Amino acid sequence: MTQTRAVEPWTLEPLQRFVAESAARLALLTTTSGQVIAQHGFTRAVDVMSAAALGAAIAASTSEIIRMLQEPAFRVLAHQGQRHGIFLARFGTPRGAMLALVVYGGDSSIGLVQLFFEQFARDLAAACPAPEPARPVLAADFERDLNESLAALFGR
Amino acid sequence: MTTKFQAALDSVTRVRGVRGAMLVAGDDGLVVAESLMEGIRGNAVAALAASLAKRFRRASETAAYGLPQFIHLQASQGLLLAALAPSGMLLVVVAEADINVGLARLEMLRAGEAVA
Repeated sequence: MTQTRAVEPWTLEPLQRFVAESAARLALLTTTSGQVIAQHGFTRAVDVMSAAALGAAIAASTSEIIRMLQEPAFRVLAHQGQRHGIFLARFGTPRGAMLALVVYGGDSSIGLVQLFFEQFARDLAAACPAPEPARPVLAADFERDLNESLAALFGR
Repeated sequence: MTTKFQAALDSVTRVRGVRGAMLVAGDDGLVVAESLMEGIRGNAVAALAASLAKRFRRASETAAYGLPQFIHLQASQGLLLAALAPSGMLLVVVAEADINVGLARLEMLRAGEAVA
C-alpha cells in the first residue's frame, strides 16, 4: 500500500488531498535546496533522496537559464514520457519557496495535475505555520534531524 | 491555424444556450483554443472533461464498443458535452440545461471535422 508521509505535519493533509484528486503516483515536496518535507508513493529512502536532489538541481539550473533570459522566477517544468509524466513546480509559502515533484501515469494528465496543483499550493500556503527563528546548525543536530526525517518519511 | 480553431468554436457557441466551447488536447487535458463566457474556468473544465473522456474510453473499449464518439453529461443546472475530433482533440461544450442537444451535437461534430 502506498503511503503519504511528512516531516512537517501541516503538509500531510494538503498532500493527501492533492494526490487523491490528481491521481499522482509519486509526489515529493522539498525545499529549494532539496531538503525533503513530505512524500507520497516512494518506498525506499534512497529514491526519495535522489529525486529530491535531482528536482532541486533541475529547478536550480532552469532558474539560472531563466535569469539569463531576464524572465520572472522559475515556476513550472513538465515532461511527458510514454508511460509517465513529470511535473516540477516552485511555489511560495510563508516559510519560503518550495518545490513539488509529481510523477503521474496514464490515469491522470498534465492538465489535471496542473489544475489540482494550484489548489495544493494555496492549501499549503494557508496551512503553513509562521516561520521559526533560525537556529545555529550543529553537527550533532544534523544527524539527529536527518534520522528523524527518515523515520517520519518511512515510518521506521 | 488559430483562426481555423476559432471559427470552429464560433459555429458551436452560436447555438442558443451554449456558454462556452473549447478544443482540448485529449491526452493532456490542456486548452488548445477556447471561447467561453465569463466565469467559466476553462483550464478546470478542460482537465476534468479530458479525464472523464479518458475513463469513458477505457470503459467503452473494455466493453468492446470501440471509441466513444460523443459524451453527454446532464447535471441539474447545466450540460457538459464532449465530442472526440478526428485529430484526437476533444471538443468540449458547457451549456445550459435546456439547450437543443441535437443541434449542438451536429455543430460539434462539424467543428470537430473542420479542425481535423
